[in-house]
This record gives sequence, C-alpha cells and structure tokens, in this order.
Amino acid sequence: MINLVKEKNPMPEQDPMVRNKNFKEVSTGYTADMAINEAMRCLQCRKKPCTGGCPVRVRIPEFIARIAAGEFEEAYQVISTTSSLPAICGRVCPQENQCEGRCVQGLKGEPVAIGRLERFAADWHREHGSGEAAAQADSNGRKVAVVGSGPAGLACAGDLIAKGYGVTVYESLHKEGGVLAYGIPEFRLPKDIVSSEVSALKDRGVCFINNAVVGMSMTVDELFEDGFEAVFVGTGAGLPQFMNIPGENLLGVYSANEYLTRINLMKAYKPEYDTPIQISRKVAVIGGGNVAMDAARCAKRMGAEEVHIVYRRSMEEIPARQEEIHHAIEEGIHFQLLTNPVAIRGTEKGYVCGLECVEMELGEPDASGRRRPVEKKDSNFVLEVDAVIMAIGTRLNKLILETTENLSANSRGGIGAEEETGATSCPGVFAGGDAVTGAATVILAMGAGKNAADSIDRYLEKRV
Amino acid sequence: MYEIISKRRLNSTITWLVIKAPLVARKARPGQFIILRTDEYGERIPLTMAGHDSEKGTIDIIYQAVGKTTLLLDQFEVGDALLDVVGPLGRPTEMEGLKRVAVVGGGTGNALAYPIAKGMYDTGIQVDMIAGFQTKDVVILEEEFRAGTSNLYITTDDGSYGEKGFTTDKLKALIESGEKYDEVVAVGPPVMMKFVCQLTAKYGIKTVVSLTAYMVDGTGMCGGCRVVIGGENKFACVDGPEFDGQLVNWDELIQRNSFYKEQEQEDMVHVCRLTGGVRCHD
Ligand SMILES: Cc1cc2nc3c(=O)[nH]c(=O)nc-3n(C[C@H](O)[C@H](O)[C@H](O)COP(=O)(O)OP(=O)(O)OC[C@H]3O[C@@H](n4cnc5c(N)ncnc54)[C@H](O)[C@@H]3O)c2cc1C
Ligand SMILES: Cc1cc2nc3c(=O)[nH]c(=O)nc-3n(C[C@H](O)[C@H](O)[C@H](O)COP(=O)(O)OP(=O)(O)OC[C@H]3O[C@@H](n4cnc5c(N)ncnc54)[C@H](O)[C@@H]3O)c2cc1C
Ligand code: SF4
Ligand code: SF4
Ligand code: FES
Ligand SMILES: [Mg+2]
Repeated sequence: MINLVKEKNPMPEQDPMVRNKNFKEVSTGYTADMAINEAMRCLQCRKKPCTGGCPVRVRIPEFIARIAAGEFEEAYQVISTTSSLPAICGRVCPQENQCEGRCVQGLKGEPVAIGRLERFAADWHREHGSGEAAAQADSNGRKVAVVGSGPAGLACAGDLIAKGYGVTVYESLHKEGGVLAYGIPEFRLPKDIVSSEVSALKDRGVCFINNAVVGMSMTVDELFEDGFEAVFVGTGAGLPQFMNIPGENLLGVYSANEYLTRINLMKAYKPEYDTPIQISRKVAVIGGGNVAMDAARCAKRMGAEEVHIVYRRSMEEIPARQEEIHHAIEEGIHFQLLTNPVAIRGTEKGYVCGLECVEMELGEPDASGRRRPVEKKDSNFVLEVDAVIMAIGTRLNKLILETTENLSANSRGGIGAEEETGATSCPGVFAGGDAVTGAATVILAMGAGKNAADSIDRYLEKRV
Repeated sequence: MYEIISKRRLNSTITWLVIKAPLVARKARPGQFIILRTDEYGERIPLTMAGHDSEKGTIDIIYQAVGKTTLLLDQFEVGDALLDVVGPLGRPTEMEGLKRVAVVGGGTGNALAYPIAKGMYDTGIQVDMIAGFQTKDVVILEEEFRAGTSNLYITTDDGSYGEKGFTTDKLKALIESGEKYDEVVAVGPPVMMKFVCQLTAKYGIKTVVSLTAYMVDGTGMCGGCRVVIGGENKFACVDGPEFDGQLVNWDELIQRNSFYKEQEQEDMVHVCRLTGGVRCHD
C-alpha cells in the first residue's frame, strides 16, 4: 500500500519558544505509527536513486520496506550492514544533499523522510533490541591502534573488532566521540546516544584509552614499537581559525570550538558543573555552517536576548543543513546576511561591546561556482553585542604530521591518504575523516573509517 | 584514574603532589604541563610538572590553592584518585647551546621555575636561581633549589628572609656586578615577568617566560589560550607555554587572565561557605 501524501510526516518537536531555553532534544522522533505511515510513501524504486546519494550506500528501500511491515529490528539490521552509526547519521546527515536529495518523491513533493526513518529504526533498536552483539570473528591475536574517537575512529574500530583484531582507541580528550561529544549540542544529538555507541564497542572488546594525546603522550612510531601492526589516524580537523581583524582578543570573543566545548563537553549549561562561560546578552556568531547554527542556538539557550548569525553571502549559499537553519529561525535567531565583520570593538576594560560590519553584494561566481561577495562602499555599521563567536571553519592540527616519521601531507594541509583505502605514505599507517579531507561530515568520516578497516585487514593479511 | 601517591604541604597554600600517571611520566620533559580534572563536575586546569619518575610512572605537581578547583584538589589525600590527567602538553624548555642562565621565580612561579632550573642544571648548565617571595612564611623549595641549581638567591619583599627587595633588584645587581648570562628565564606573576623583561631588554639578554593563559583542551583545539607574541596570535598550549618575553603583549595577557574573575569569585564563596570544599551534589 502506498501513501500518496506529498509531504513528509511532520516531525514532532518541542515548541520553539520553549526549546530555546532548554538543552533537551528538539525533535522527539516519530512514533511507530508515524514511521509506518511515512515508510509507505516510499515507491520502492528499483534503481534506488536514494541509495546512490548516500555516501555509505545504505540499502534504503529495503530498510524502509521493513519499517512499513512493522519489522523495526529487521530494518535496523539492514541499515547496520553498511552504516555504523545510524542513530547519529539519521539525526545529523545533510539529507537534502544526499539520500533525500535523490528521492523521486522529491520531484513533485517532499522526499521520503529517509533520515527520520533511519533514526526511528536505530532508536527502536536501542530501546527494544535484543542487545545481542553483532557477529564477530574469533580473535586473530593481532593488534591495531586507532587514534581519535570521532565517527571515523569509532567506525574503524567497530569494523576491525568484527574482523577479529584487538583494537585500542587513543583519544586526547577525557571523553570519546570527537565532534559528536564536544561540538554537536545535546539538543541536536543527545550525548546518551554517543555514549551508547561507545559502550557497545567496549562490550565488543574495543579498548579505549582517553587522555592520550598521540604525538605527545606517545608517537605513532611508538605505537608500532608497542606491538600494534597498523595504526588508523582519525584525529579530525580541530584547529580553530580566526579572521585576523582588530579586537579578536577582547574578552567575549570565542572560537566556536571553545564555546561549544565549554557547553557540550564541559557542561557549562548545568549549574552543578564548574566550567566558566560568559553569560552574554547580545551575541554575534560569524559564519553560516552547522557550527555557526549550533553556536547561535547554544548562545540563545544560555540566556542571550539577541543572537545574530553574521554571514557574508545570502541564504542561497548558506552551507548549514536546511533543518538547522529552519530551527534556528524558529528559535528567534536573527540572520544578518550579506554582511562581513571588519573589527570588534571593546570597552576600556577590554570587554566586547560591538561588531563593526560592512554590507556585501554578490558579484561574479568564483572558483567554487558560488557568487563572490564584494564589499559595498561606505556601508559600515556597528552591531551592538557583548560576545562574538567565530565559526569560520577549522584547519588541521599538525601534531601527528610533525611527530610521525615519513608521513606526508596532502595539498590541503591534511594527512595525505588515498581516498579509497586510507593508505598514507607510511606503511601500516592509514588515515581518514576530517584529518584528511578538512571539515566535512559525520557520514563521510564514518565511511572513511570503514574503508580503512577493510584495507587494514587486506594489508595485514598479506603481511602474515 | 590517577592515584595520589604522596602529598606534602610546602606552605599554607602551596602543596606538592605525586600522582600516578604512567603514560605521562614516560614522555615528560622539563617545561611541560598536564591538564587535570578532579571529578565529573570539575573543570580542566593546567599545572606544570615539577618533576617525574618514568620508572615509577609518577609525575609531580606543585600547586597553589587559589580558587575552586585548586581548593577541591586540596581535599584529595594519598590513596584518592583524580578522574583525569592528560599530558605531557606544551613544548619542553629549550636548553641547547646554553652555558649560563639566571632563572627568576616569583611566588608560586617558583614552582613552575623549579623544573626548568633543575632540568637545565641537570644537563650541566650553570644556573643562578633568584627566588622571590612576599615574606618568610611563604618561602618554598629552598632545599630543592639549593640542591638543584648552582647558586640560590632568595629575596623577600619585606626583608623577613634572604635579601630585602624584588627579584628584579637582585637580577640587576648580578648583571651589574659582571655576571654574564646567555639567557634569563622568568616565571611568576605577569607583572613581575614584564618588569624582568624590561630590565633584561636594556642589557640585551634574551629572556624566556612561561605564560599562563586560560586553557581548556591543551591541544590547540579551542584557541582560548591565545597570546600575542611579536604582534601575532599564538596558542600558549601548543606553541608555548614558554615564549620570548620581550615579544609578549603583557597588557593583553593580564586583561585576558581576568576574564572569568567574577564567576570564579562566586565559585570560591560556594566552596568555602556551602560545602567546605567538598561537593554536595553527589
Ligand atoms: C559544531 C559542529 C557541528 C557539526 N554538525 C554536523 C552535522 O550536522 N552533520 C554532519 O554530517 N557533520 C557535522 N559536523 C562535522 C562532523 O562532525 C565532522 O565532519 C566529523 O565529526 C569528523 O569526524 P572525524 O572522526 O574525522 O573527526 P572528529 O569528530 O573531529 O574526531 C577526532 C577525534 O580525535 C581526537 N584527537 C585529535 N588529535 C588527537 C591526537 N593527537 N591524539 C589522540 N586523539 C586526538 C579529537 O579529540 C577527537 O575526539 C559538525 C561539526 C561541528 C564542529
Ligand atoms: C601552562 C600552565 C601551567 C600552570 N602551572 C601551575 C603550577 O604549576 N602551579 C600552580 O599553582 N598553578 C599553575 N597554573 C595556574 C593554574 O592553572 C590556576 O591557578 C588554576 O587553574 C586555578 O583554578 P581555580 O579554579 O583553583 O581558581 P580560579 O579562581 O578559577 O582561577 C584563578 C586564576 O587562575 C587562572 N585560571 C583559572 N582557570 C584556568 C584554566 N582553566 N586555565 C588556565 N588558567 C586558569 C586565571 O588566571 C584565574 O583568574 C598554570 C597555568 C598554566 C596555563
Ligand atoms: S546515512 Fe545519511 S545519507 Fe545515508 S541514508 Fe542515512 S541519512 Fe541518508
Ligand atoms: S528514491 Fe525515494 S521513493 Fe524511491 S526507493 Fe528511494 S526513498 Fe523510496
Ligand atoms: S587550550 Fe585550547 S587551544 Fe590551547
Ligand atoms: Mg576555576
């Protein structure tokens, strides 16, 4: 039976004016009935264009058919043959550019809500699943080290342990998850979900060593001396960038990484935690990506009366996920588009009191195909704010490159690795995720971790 | 978990802890620091390693109780364990080519100066240590400095112990009397380091300082620890914590270090009055 409604089943959500004051999850998830109803919108296209849009080729029509039949655990099992973190990807994938962007239902109406269904199946499994561990090969007695516990590292560790390797994950922070733990806020990705993915890996035998900064606490080369036969590097792209405009060191200027880490990892929003953070009244967040949306929505929830997203292009070019922009607008975030900051102003005591900006207009398309913003003459104005959060992107931390002998960089300054295999210039060292590509997406990082696990397996089989 | 192996009070507010942290001890070098978290609700604070024993797998820290987290740290006794210790972080002290160095420590800064002075002395560098304190009661590490440096000069602001005066007075006197230093190292309150740098600039002596900036991760991920060196932003945790003192923008550093003063003072009141230092919510 096919459901002919052209729109997605709406996602139950907290009211915007309520949720912008708490950190509980914004979207509360489909009920079983909603999920079945939505699943029946899928036409079961034989050519599966949706799957072609998914970086890890989730068998979409198949799992949706299981949901339509009310076989939720089976739906989860179909997804988990190709994806390691469905509860997470269902929530954070930019579906409009991936699976849902190719869905034929999207031609005349809204695409099937693939992400929401994926989330539903994964949540159902977490709450009702048998808890039986995934199929696992017998231990082969060989050890592989994974550096970094973001989606790339977690996916790689999961696939390696399933193949019988002994896996140890080294993480520099005190908590596992990478950006999933310190960057993406609780209201978009509850930390319990990340913890349960990590616990599941621990139950399957993956060993996690936190507080270990590879390059400082030990080098990659020393991991080999300690008996690891291969190393996967999934250290992300965590080095924050600033604009190099006057006033950036005033009190109240944060990198998004710092602001989000204080809130998400260090729980500054909970009174029982000691982490200090500025309580701001009016905040400007510079940038237009997911990171900027997260910082702005966090600032609102921390009590700011006014929060502005300052972005130099227009709504057409804004890179954040549609859903996040939509949610941000609903929550009362102002969008100051076609605007570029030129200086931050401070009080005598050094506190931020304003952001000087210029208006922009769109000129000719640049190399990336997007129309290049150019300054409008004499259009300077000052936005009165007491905090400025820089969310203009991150670069790669050079620590591993600088401390690993013979490891080469790629043209972007990341770790040089073959896209398909993750192989680097050092035998036995593999890399993937943001550490290679620069800031990208959870699903691409996860896919890179899985590919690397396969090629580590092939590499070690040859090296008996 | 990171067990406390020994605890020794050096004066009424400064304490020496030996902590089990084998991964850190294995690689630690003078000038490097750790970041610790006492318990789940705790913030991450950086502390310099005063020493380490790679065989026993232990590291030493000397801290002054100044606010909530360090007061909480005071509650930990031998046998208790800290939740998190990460390190070693930061660049080790550069010693290459040095023959003769003056190390200047001010107050708690002496705790941070000690591993640098001793580390240099252990590699054969002649080290004149000038350790400055407000008054006799707070003098720390006298025996350690005497054993771990070539010459020790103690100064107190009020003259109650050692020579009366500031560390800069003593350093100036030594330089004026003809002592030749390849380098001066200054560690203490920013104002003291600033004055040392002004003095040594006149004599053209390179001066290294160890900067304390607000830190979260300690790995270059947050940018909260940025300091201006020679007009350029650097991250104290990965590019430092030691920098050429004559290039530091001191006024900005002092300003940035006051960012959370209000919240910290409120927190202090909570520790002292409500919980007597112990957390009440677990
Ligand atoms: C605020 C924010 C919001 C985002 N929102 C989305 C979204 O909605 N959808 C989406 O698809 N993507 C989003 N992204 C991007 C996505 O999170 C990343 O692309 C993804 O997490 C990259 O995964 P990774 O495993 O490569 O690295 P990371 O997640 O960065 O993990 C790297 C891990 O390695 C650790 N590490 C680093 N150096 C060392 C070392 N030397 N030794 C040991 N450990 C080390 C780090 O502490 C970290 O835990 C967002 C990113 C941010 C910052
Ligand atoms: C690289 C480095 C090495 C250090 N080594 C030592 C040491 O060996 N012994 C020692 O006694 N102290 C050392 N400090 C200072 C120590 O980190 C602070 O005294 C401590 O964080 C105070 O925390 P609190 O909660 O007890 O006090 P608070 O009242 O919260 O803070 C008091 C002051 O300490 C500083 N501070 C607070 N939080 C941080 C933080 N997260 N990061 C950096 N500074 C902070 C600020 O200037 C603040 O005004 C070092 C700092 C740095 C950056
Ligand atoms: S993993 Fe992401 S892109 Fe793939 S089907 Fe799921 S939501 Fe779509
Ligand atoms: S393209 Fe859309 S309708 Fe077709 S199978 Fe995929 S999800 Fe179903
Ligand atoms: S402490 Fe975060 S970058 Fe230095
Ligand atoms: Mg504190």
